[in-house]
Amino acid sequence: MNDSRFATRSELIGILVLAALLVVVLPLCLDVFRLNLVAKYLTYAFVALGLVICWGYGGILSLGQGVFFGLGGYCMAMFLKLEASSVENTKIQSTPGIPDFMDWNQITALPFFWKPFHSLTFTIAAVILVPGIFALIIGAAMFKRRVGGTYFAIITQAVAAILTILIVGQQGYTGGINGMTDLRTLKGWDIRPDHAKIVLYFFEVGLLFACIFIAQFVRHSKLGRILVAMRDQEDRVRFSGYSVANFKIFAFCIAAVFAAIGGAMFALNVGFMSPSFVGIVPSIEMVIYTAVGGRLSILGAVYGTILVNFAKTSLSESFPELWLFGLGGLFIAVVLAFPNGLAGIWGDYIQPRISKLIGARKPKSGWTDNSVADGAPAE
Amino acid sequence: MSDETNKGLQSAFRRKLLMGMAAIPAMTMLPRASFAQTPATSAINTTGLAVTDTEVTVGILHSATGTMAISETGSIEAEKLAIEQINAMGGVLGRKIKVIQEDGASDWPTFAEKAKKLLVNDKVAAIMGCWTSASRKAVLPVVEQYNGMLYYPTFYEGLEQSKNVIYTGQEATQQILAGLNWIAKEKGAKSFFFVGSDYIWPRTSNKIARKHVENVLKGKVVGEEYYALGSTQFNSVINKIKLTKPDVIFTDVVGGSNVAFYKQLKAAGVDLSKQALLTISVTEDEIDGIGGENIAGAYACMKYFQSLDNPNNKTFVPAFKKMWGEKTVIGDVTQAAYLGPWLWKLTVEKAGSFDVDKIAAASPGVEFKGAPEGYVRIHENHHLWSKTRVGRAKLDGQFELIYETADLVEPDPFPKGYQ
Repeated sequence: MNDSRFATRSELIGILVLAALLVVVLPLCLDVFRLNLVAKYLTYAFVALGLVICWGYGGILSLGQGVFFGLGGYCMAMFLKLEASSVENTKIQSTPGIPDFMDWNQITALPFFWKPFHSLTFTIAAVILVPGIFALIIGAAMFKRRVGGTYFAIITQAVAAILTILIVGQQGYTGGINGMTDLRTLKGWDIRPDHAKIVLYFFEVGLLFACIFIAQFVRHSKLGRILVAMRDQEDRVRFSGYSVANFKIFAFCIAAVFAAIGGAMFALNVGFMSPSFVGIVPSIEMVIYTAVGGRLSILGAVYGTILVNFAKTSLSESFPELWLFGLGGLFIAVVLAFPNGLAGIWGDYIQPRISKLIGARKPKSGWTDNSVADGAPAE
Repeated sequence: MSDETNKGLQSAFRRKLLMGMAAIPAMTMLPRASFAQTPATSAINTTGLAVTDTEVTVGILHSATGTMAISETGSIEAEKLAIEQINAMGGVLGRKIKVIQEDGASDWPTFAEKAKKLLVNDKVAAIMGCWTSASRKAVLPVVEQYNGMLYYPTFYEGLEQSKNVIYTGQEATQQILAGLNWIAKEKGAKSFFFVGSDYIWPRTSNKIARKHVENVLKGKVVGEEYYALGSTQFNSVINKIKLTKPDVIFTDVVGGSNVAFYKQLKAAGVDLSKQALLTISVTEDEIDGIGGENIAGAYACMKYFQSLDNPNNKTFVPAFKKMWGEKTVIGDVTQAAYLGPWLWKLTVEKAGSFDVDKIAAASPGVEFKGAPEGYVRIHENHHLWSKTRVGRAKLDGQFELIYETADLVEPDPFPKGYQ
């Protein structure tokens, strides 16, 4: 294995290819509507990226990533909603100046925990800190007690269910099942027109690559190797003197923060946030994106997310009544036939052939050895 | 509108006459007029909508999958029936309607995405769609931003009005007030117990109902309880109802929860032939799931029942069953969905254009005499003037019409004194 601190040569090529695809090819080939859809897909890619670290490397399966996606999204949506609810925009209400759903629920003053969201700086900090600290609390409560595996997955599901019920139930403060709709401007800058969508897209792609770099760094550092060791032989790592719980908490928190950034970008790109991204079903869907992409592969997660969502959109456009069956079939096929997802297909079938064709010095062995030995992916 | 009430008697008579004739002549005369002078596409479509010399594209956007599919399927069917009938008559301004159907998948953001796709990519001239308030709230900013036209079929909580939406269902005051007046008078009801699902529509409806009970009827609300969507445990509220013995149970429980609620009510020994119950959320579609024997005797406050006895409905029901099967039932929202394509067609013909701005401006005053519910007209606020009706549920799952308002009820989405 190449000992570069950050990325092997082939990984670097993989990142450049993805960058070329997202920065050059897609913006040139797609109209703004489709590009905005890609932006929406990419918000899930943040979650999938977090899951690669947390699940693929750390072995911690979280079925509640929607919680963090939602927290990040709601923090951003609260800021945008406050800005959209200026006194002049809402003069039709009984209490002007508060979000419309509060008015419908007979709330007459802005609740205290909404007030700081007038500030963009606070909001950006909250997008990262609220889910981060929440993950820290859950992680500490679970991992310090050595709760792991299936139990942890079930508890994260329960958290997702609880948060959904909370948001739906407290509709006066959260918008309930309708969510927060009609988000309009960011510091006076209209986020709805086409040119804004393009700017947001590139901004998001930039953030995504920042997260990819962080993930690469984690993976290639000693930390990443401990995570993998922990996944495969937890007790041995513990007996070697490492605090397993702390490493798990770290992996879980970083996954949570990535998900939250995705959520915040979602609110900006789609102009919308609702409890339907918080619950159990979306959380599991996010795990599926990672599984399809290959849970050991950082770039695979991004491709998996784009592919699954693209399939979702195009199948539902072509077969409005049957598309869910097609999608379900796709998942079953991928998981049965290619347990390592797209990255597995690439690493096992396509990459060796390409290598053979161009006569690269290190053909197949490099890939398979890596992925078996230390969980390094095959992009 | 004051002039409307003044002309009440005269127009009621005229309306009766028209209703009688509506089914045949109104439907056969209009297309000929539009055939005679098929206008040039460039003249009637100045904003680049999907209109050709022979076709105009319209979107249908409902949930064909997911939890809402059971409710929204009726709306899809009604809209397709209306469009087929319009096409059989020659279409709109000489153009056949082509449908692009999208699935909202019971997921509000998907609704927003698909609405955007219909408007931006497909350039549809109008969208027939949405069902839940949540889906409408998600779609509303999209249709406003891209200047589309949405025909929304469901009775809903009001507090909304948009240039880009025609609300073909009732807003809350239209649905509730007349029903409460009737039951207060008929049953001498003074005490009410409210039970609802926990989201914006039941909350707002109950707020309006409470104000009306307390301020107008001088009655009392002895209890108000909400249950999460999909909830199936109603025993505690049923106990409270038995303890407080209200004159009327007023419910807006939605969806699958209804099945549990009425079964448990019956199991607890509440006899709906003795205990008055007024619901604003149960149509023929819901009774299909609840079972006629569990709800027989309850009163529902709607604007349409499948059993309505008028010439329009007598042609509509068989046509619907012929297209979608003998066993289908037609509820209030299904009928309201059927109005959408017709109102759009009539408005386009009145405006002489497919342009959304012109349609929005021409909408007020458009009347549809072939409506299965009788007769409807679009108000300045883009809601419909329509009657409020009370029906009693029968064992066979149909409603027996007990009461209807003498005149059309004015839509009032921002009711003064009820907010």
